[in-house]
Order: sequence, then C-alpha cells, then structure tokens
Amino acid sequence: MTLLKSREAILALAILVLLAVVAARFPGFVRTANLANVLTDTSPLIILALGQMVVILTKCIDLSMAANLALSGMVAGLMNIAGVPLPLILLAVIALGATLGAVNGVLVWGLNIPSIVVTLGTMTIYRGTIFVLTGGKWINAHQMTDGFKAFPRTVLLGLPVMTWIMAAIVLAFAVLIYRTPLGRAFFAVGGNPHAAVYTGISVGRTQFAAFVIAGALAGLTGYLWVARYAVAYVDIAGGFELDVVAACVIGGIAIAGGAGSVAGAVMGAIFLGIVKNALPVVGISPFWQMAISGTAILVAIAFNARSQGPKGRIILKSAEHRT
Amino acid sequence: MTPSPGRAIPDRLVPPLRRALTSWEMLLLAVAVAIFVANSFASPWFLDPWNLSDASVNFTEKAMIAFAMAMLIIAGEIDLSVASIIALCSTVMGAAMVAGAPTPVLVLLGLGTGLACGAFNGFLVAGMGLPSIVVTIGTMSLFRGISYIVLGDSAFTGYPADFGFFGQGYVWWVITFELALFAGLALAFGILLHATSFGRMVYAIGNNATAARFSGIRVDRVRFVLFLLTGVMSGIAAVCLTSRLGSTRPSIATGFELEVVTMVVLGGISILGGSGSIPGVVLAALIMGLVTFGLGLLNVPGIVMSIIIGALLIAVIALPRLWRMVAK
Amino acid sequence: MLDASPTAPGTHPVLSLRGISKNFPGVRALADVQLDLFPGHVTALIGENGAGKSTIVKILTGIYQPDGGTIAVAGRAVKFPTAQAASAAGVTAIHQETVLFDELTVAENIFIGHAPRGLFGLIDTGLMEREARRLLGSIGADLDPRARLRDLGIASRHLVAIARALSVDAQVVIMDEPTAALSHKEIHELYELVEKLKRQGKAILFISHKFDEIFRIADRWTVFRDGQFVDEGLMAEATEARLVQMMVGREVDQIYPKRPARIGAPVLTVSGYSHPTEFDDIGFTLHQGEILGFYGLVGAGRSEVMQALFGITRPSKGACRIGDRVLTLRSTAEAVAAGIVYVPEDRGRQGAVKGLPIFQNITLPSLRQTSRSGFLRLAEEFRLARDYTQRLDLRAASLDQDVGLLSGGNQQKVVIAKWLATRPRVIILDEPTKGIDIGSKAAVHDFMSELAAEGLAVIMVSSEIPEVLGMSDRVIVMREGRIAAELEGGRMTPENLVRAAAGIEGEAA
Repeated sequence: MTLLKSREAILALAILVLLAVVAARFPGFVRTANLANVLTDTSPLIILALGQMVVILTKCIDLSMAANLALSGMVAGLMNIAGVPLPLILLAVIALGATLGAVNGVLVWGLNIPSIVVTLGTMTIYRGTIFVLTGGKWINAHQMTDGFKAFPRTVLLGLPVMTWIMAAIVLAFAVLIYRTPLGRAFFAVGGNPHAAVYTGISVGRTQFAAFVIAGALAGLTGYLWVARYAVAYVDIAGGFELDVVAACVIGGIAIAGGAGSVAGAVMGAIFLGIVKNALPVVGISPFWQMAISGTAILVAIAFNARSQGPKGRIILKSAEHRT
Repeated sequence: MTPSPGRAIPDRLVPPLRRALTSWEMLLLAVAVAIFVANSFASPWFLDPWNLSDASVNFTEKAMIAFAMAMLIIAGEIDLSVASIIALCSTVMGAAMVAGAPTPVLVLLGLGTGLACGAFNGFLVAGMGLPSIVVTIGTMSLFRGISYIVLGDSAFTGYPADFGFFGQGYVWWVITFELALFAGLALAFGILLHATSFGRMVYAIGNNATAARFSGIRVDRVRFVLFLLTGVMSGIAAVCLTSRLGSTRPSIATGFELEVVTMVVLGGISILGGSGSIPGVVLAALIMGLVTFGLGLLNVPGIVMSIIIGALLIAVIALPRLWRMVAK
Repeated sequence: MLDASPTAPGTHPVLSLRGISKNFPGVRALADVQLDLFPGHVTALIGENGAGKSTIVKILTGIYQPDGGTIAVAGRAVKFPTAQAASAAGVTAIHQETVLFDELTVAENIFIGHAPRGLFGLIDTGLMEREARRLLGSIGADLDPRARLRDLGIASRHLVAIARALSVDAQVVIMDEPTAALSHKEIHELYELVEKLKRQGKAILFISHKFDEIFRIADRWTVFRDGQFVDEGLMAEATEARLVQMMVGREVDQIYPKRPARIGAPVLTVSGYSHPTEFDDIGFTLHQGEILGFYGLVGAGRSEVMQALFGITRPSKGACRIGDRVLTLRSTAEAVAAGIVYVPEDRGRQGAVKGLPIFQNITLPSLRQTSRSGFLRLAEEFRLARDYTQRLDLRAASLDQDVGLLSGGNQQKVVIAKWLATRPRVIILDEPTKGIDIGSKAAVHDFMSELAAEGLAVIMVSSEIPEVLGMSDRVIVMREGRIAAELEGGRMTPENLVRAAAGIEGEAA
C-alpha cells in the first residue's frame, strides 16, 4: 500500500479548512451527528466517484453513470411495486447496472470506439428508456413498501445502513486497487497502454472490467437513491455524472489516466458534499453551489498541474537540490 | 559532387474528386436523403416549406456552435461549457434589457460575454496548459452557476419586440434569419477550416501538437483563438435562442453541449482530433434536424427522440468499424 | 569478446526460427528468414533500418503472428498467439521505448502480470518485494523495490526490465538497442550484466547499430537485409567491412565525406545563455560554412541548449545574436523568422506530423510564403514540395501520401526538406543519423557537407565519436549543462572528447 502522497494530505487539509470556515459561522455544523448526516448524504457521490475513478484510471470516461443510476433505480421501484423481495431487488439492480456498464465496455473494447462517444450515446439511451418503461409517470413514496424505503436509513451502530454500505465499498475498493492484479492492471493500462500489451494485460478487457464495476456501483446506488429520496422518475440525478467527474478531478485522479488514489476520490467527493450541505447552513443561497463547485474544480486542476513538477529535465547539479 | 536530380514523385495518386466520393460525407448525404424521403412518406405535413423552415430551429442554433466546436475538436481539444456560456450570455443580455438597453447593445453584450468566456477558457487551456476536458467541465459549472446566482429561480422576460427578429424573423420568403445565418456561417467556417493557413494549422496541431510546435506554429495562439470562436458562437447562439424564447432562465440550453458534440462526431470528426470536415457537420446537423422534426410530427416525445439520436450516434460510428472487422 | 566456450558442435539452439515470413499491406517485412539462438551466447542481429529486425522481435514476443514458417523452443515447435504465450515460453525483450509503468513500484513492475498471490487471491506484497530484492541483487542492481518507477533514471529502468525478464525465468532475452540512452559507465555495467546472463545460460539476441559494441559482446552474428536472411557466423571470424557489405549489399567506404571547409563570417553568437535547471553560461560563435559539432553524454544538456535557441524553451539569462541584432526567441515562429531551424532527435514525436501528407508537412513552416492573405494556394505548395523532395531524393509513392507511411530515413528527409524550404541561415541537426542505416547515414552526411558548402551554418549534436570527429570543423563538448571543452584541429581526438564529456582524467575511449 503506497503511503499517502502530499496531494491527499493537502486535500485533507483543504477539507479541514473548509469545515473550520463553516464552523465559524455555524458551530453546529461540525457536531458529530451533523457530520454523520453529511457523510450519509454524500454516500452516493462517494460510491460513484470510486466507480468513475477506475474508469478514468484506464484512460476512459463514463458519462452514463447518472443515467444508469436513474434507470436502475426506476427498475428497483417497479420491482418493489410488483412485490419482489428486497434481497432479490438488490441483486437485480446490481446485475442491471453491471449489464448497462458492460454495454459501454463492449463498445469500447470490441469496437474501439472512444469512451466519450459511447457514453454520450448510452447516456441518452438509458435515460430515455426510463420514459419508455413508465410513460413518464413517477413512482411516489406511498407506492413503495416501507421495507424498501427504510433499509438505507436503518441505523446500525450509530450510522445508517447506506453509510455502512459506502464504507464497505470504500474498503473493498482499497483492496481491489492496491492488492489485486486487476487493480494494478488499471494503473498499468492507463499509465502505459503500449507496454501493458507486452506484459500480457489486455487493455480492452481491463477497460471492460472498469465499466462493469462502475455500472454495478451505479446500479446499487440507483436503489439507494430511489429508496432514500422515496421517489423515482425520469430526471433523477440529472447532471450528476458531472459532479462525479468533478469529485474525481478534485480528488487528484489524473484525467489522462494511470494515476490517482482511493483516498483522493473519497475526499474529492466529501469536499463537494460538504460544500453542498454547508451552503444553506451558512446562509449562502443554494444557487451559489454550482459556481462554487465549478471554481473548486478549476482550482484543483491548476493545483494538479502545478504538482506534476516543473517541465524540463534537471541537468545542472546545482539545480538538483532546489526542487 | 553535384547532387543527383532525384526521381520526380507524382503530386497525387488519388484524384481529389474520387477521394471525396468515397468518404464519410457521402455516407451522411445518403443517410440524410434516406431520412428525408422516409419522412415525406411518414407525414403529410413534412413537405410543407414553412414547416420545414420553422423546424430548422431544431438544429440551427446548435450547428452554429458545432462549426466552432468541430474545429476545436479537430485541434485535439473540447469545450463542454458552450451551453453554460449561452446561459451566461443570456443572463447578461437579460440584465441589460431590464436596465433599458436597446437591442443593438443587447447583441453586443451577448457576443462580448461569449468572447470573454471563450477567452477565460482559452487562458486556462492555452495559457496555463490545463487539459480542456476538465477545465471546461469546471467552467461549465462556473458560468451557469453565475447565472443561477444572478437569477435564482426567476427569469428575465420582456425583451423588446425588435430583439425577437433574430430568433423569429424571416429574411426572405420562408428563410428564417437563423437559417440564413446558419448557411452563412457554414460557408465562412468551411472556408476557414479548408482553405486557409489557419485551418491547416488546426489539422497539424490535431495530428501532432508537438511536431506542429517544432515546425514553427504558434500552437497556443491557435488554441486560444479556437476557444474564442466557440465562445463567440455560443454568444451568437445565445442571441438567437433568447430572441426565440423571449426569456432568460438559468436553465436555458441545458444539455446543448452534448447535442453539439453529438453533431460534431456524427459529422465524421474524430473525437481524438486530426480529421473531419465542415460539410460533414452540415450534413450531421441536417440529419439531426430531420430526425427530430420528423419524429415530432409523429408526436414522439422529446426524450424518446434523444434515445434515437443516441442510438444513431453509436450506430453511425460502430457500423463502419464492424464492417471493417467482418471484412478482414 | 568471445566467452571461454565457443559453440561446440552438438550444442542445440534454445530458439530456432525457420522460413518465417510476414507481410503487411504493400510491404514484405520478412521473407523466409531463419535465426538461431544458443544458450549462454550472445547473437548480434545486424541489419539496416527496414531490414526486418523489429518485425522479428515482435514475432518472437508474440505481438505479431508470422504468415509462414516455424518457431521451435528447445527443439519443439511452438506458436506465440499472444504476448503472454511468448512470455510463458521463456522469451522476453528489453526495448528502446519504455515498457514499464511510472505509477507502479519497482516490485510491481517486475511482477506485473504474474504477481505472487496469497490469501483470497490477493497479491502477496511481502513475498513480491522479497523476490524483487533477490532478483535485483542477482544482477547487481541496488534499487528499493518499493520505489516508484517515476523517480528512477533510464539505467535503473533497464535494470528493472531485466529483473522482470529474470522473474519469468526467461531463457531468451532480446535486447533492442539497449545502450541507446545510457552513459559510458552505465553501458559498461550493462555489458557486465550481459556476461552474467550468459553465465546463467540465457540466450541473448542483441540488436545494435554500433559495431564497436557488437564486436565487444557478441559471440555470433546474423545479418538481415531487406527482410531476408543473408548469413550467420561466429564473431571471431567476422570483420566490420564484411558485415557492413552484407548489410548493405555494396561497398560503403565513404561514410564521412570530409569536405574542405570555407569558413566565412560569424553568423550566430551566443553568450551567457543560462537556464535555471538545464544549462549554464553557454557561449559560442558559429560561422558561415561551418559544421560545429556538439558532443557529450546523454543528458549533458545539448538538446536543451538547441531547443532554447529554437524558441521551444526560454533561457533565463544570456543573449543570442545574429549579426549585431539581439534576438528574443519566445517561440519557434520567431526562431524560424530569424533563420534558425531545428531538426529534432525524436523524429516521430517532434519531427514529422503523421496524418498529414508529405507536401503539407513540407510547407508547414512556410505557409506565409505559399499562401496569399491567409488563403492556401495548393499549386504553390506542390511546387515547393516538388523542388525540395527532388533535391533530397525522397522515395515515396506521391507527395499526397501520409508521411507516417514512409521509412525513418525518408521521414528525416521530409523534415530536412521542410526546413530547407524556409531558407534558413542556421540549421541545427540533433542526432541526425540516430537509428538510421549505414546507406542513409552516408547520404545525410554528404548532404550536410553540401549545406555547409553553400554557406549555411550547421550545428550537429551527436553522441557518436566517429561521426563527430569525421564531420565537424570544431567540436564543443558539454557536460552536466556546461561547456567542458572547445576543440579544433589536432586537439579533436577521441580521448579528448571522452575526457571532457565524462569529466575524469585519462579514460580511454
């Protein structure tokens, strides 16, 4: 396991500073109960950011994650109305999400179509399918069973189930990225695709795996979202895919692929989550949220670029110790 | 030792006409004609010139931006903030309108805001060397975010009557102002990309920016200008769209950027840069316009239309690749 | 040179190719070639560019499939449908381009694709790092298995690549131009490593353009020409002249056409040129008709100085003058306008724009001359391209052909043509014959002499001592970003060059 690099430390510092600034105006924000709420509220973003991270690591991008989430969530809702038991719904929704991700993966792997084009297309197809399934009708809270809605909110050991699910996924991801051949392959494929071929790693298959993982996470989050907000309709999580990419960028995941960390993705999502939750509390109109996260992204990119180091080689001995 | 004269190499082996005929643009032309014919059978209202003209708004505004976006993508960059630039331009125009500014001032402000946004993007990408995809995801939030700060969930309404000409006026017979503007811009961009040194530099940068720089091309300057172009085109589209809708909301033109990129990719521009043409974008715009118009006449809901556009995008890119794989 | 045990009759090859052919659309890359590699021996594969060397390497490593012929490992016929299969059969390669991963650690790079697994199929990091340490130790590499590859230099990366070859228990190690970017000390260490591998019984296929290297470490030789096998034999029985003749198919004696030089007035004066990290206090004067050689070890800073002169990077101090005019070179466009042009070392990335046709590559810096008010004039462009491609004897199907389809030597001609078309006063050539076969080398040298004779001022950056001494009127040696020596006339000797470049006393070349 690689040690935390300075970028993650600086991001952690930025989060602490942000919390301090908010606490100055509204001390109640940093109370444990409230922070726990923020964490729970941010769980979907954290989960999807991890999925997007593996896709970006392999030099791809997945713009269809939110549409995948919405479609899977709607299907979960429909299954619930039809009386399907919750464990089966969970399995089905993960399988559906994985399949939707697999469609992306197959087009990228098999036909070599750039991922931005593929996911641009599947994004509209998946979301449109929600309309086709429901004719535009919503599923409202009273149509969902109590068990369906309550599961993510059930409190276990002080935290809601949704937060525990997020934590389990973060842990699983840390193991996946740092301790499995597939995890290392993500870095290899993104860092040096030509070389990966020589070591027997299939670039396309690794990218396919990334899309399936991202899709499965989107599917699961679809259920969590629909159950927690107790509503399902065509436009849920509209535009969310860009928040997810933003979380990754802020978390230091290089858009060129091959570099990034689980801690970074998680913290990037947490940063955005704090901003979103802190604004109403500090008295800033929620209409400021978009501009603030846009600025945060730009600052993060500028900082990422700076920390890549000075361009040009260090040839003069006298210059070696300066950097 | 005098230099040997060397063999003479022919200029071209494949005459340009033959190359043009076997190209992507010809495929698009065939598809466009096929859709036109299918539409004319599908609905009796289709062939009415006034209907066709009015329906052109389906693609004209997006196409204006698509021309500039195509050049940017050929050069190896992308600008996902164009829809947000529209929102900001529209907001600035609305604020000026409320303050009593006359129409010419509104137009200038709209274009100027677009130019300023483009310059901001250009500075970050060309000046600071940051990757354009994430920069423009950031400015996408920032620009529209500013509109939200200004307007919240209200709107600017009450544009002067003469302002409505851009989006609703006719220039001659059935030809709307937007359609005429679209045609003029298509010509202008076509010349810019295909017949000028600037256009040649765009292709060079898209194929190998390092080698282009090493060949004496001011790569950063070209990139900056390309972002200015997408900014200004977004400004022009903002004027047309605001004029057509007669109001400004912060949510205006949501999702436009992805439709513009779809139009560009459908037009045969490789998302990786280095190749593509303006005629391709024109044809793609017509195809998307015909599909949405035709489906609209059949009362297909907008969101189902977007499924078809999404599927069309993937199919159009996938089929030639599938063909090549099967043919091997 | 030869190891203690020459190939005894009855020693069987560990890898044997017979009748191998490979075709690409329009190109016969290999036709009916054979190759034998023996355990504990180094076989040098010799051939010009385009002879088929890299194709055979790709076939041996499973990247390409042969269209015909057989591969036998230890006498048994095998196929390598994937890179994995070749690796499993014990064949690995160390390439010029890096095949390693910056973001992974040394240990992970060594074991990528075949990491030892522990509980639940997870990678056993502890075991992996211990094994990595052992492998690195066996080749004398003092590297921390947990270091990230990004932080290591080229020599260390080669060592990691070799450790990886050992980790898959390779029986055959292919080295493709491994010393291309190494310093003299590192090259010596590599030779020692090759000896170690030989003692371990590995069969080594060594590809190199440098004859002194080949004669030093190879036991056997095989020559390819134009995709065909020419001959093979023992190194002890070979001479350079005969090998060259087999490679080229003709006698090549005049590789360095030394022309009488008429050195004219000073053209370019550089003084006090400095950069915060790359070079310091560089000063020299360049004259018309002169070929000024720049020698130094890889990483001495020569290309960096040249790129600053060309406007790619900016010096922090110093002045560059043409005549009396002080130049501020903030971009390549300004350098070109001042008459300074640069033919880069990295042809593929910095030289030619693949994807564009030949004529567009040639007119790229000259668009202002060929176009009118910003509008392109194709007739003018073709005319310019025709003039210069004829002068350089370019071999291509048409001027409209994608420059990426040309051979390395012809791409170099396009790059040179492009610059000559701008009528420069100073032309800087950075390693102009690197990776180019003997026949084209001679042509490039000939051409350089011609340019100098016409009054151009030529700067030639080169790391090959014979080339530097043969072509230059004067030599500047750089070391670690500074000028170590300026030599001319009788003082231009190999010993002086090496001494100045390495900064030590009395190391013989």
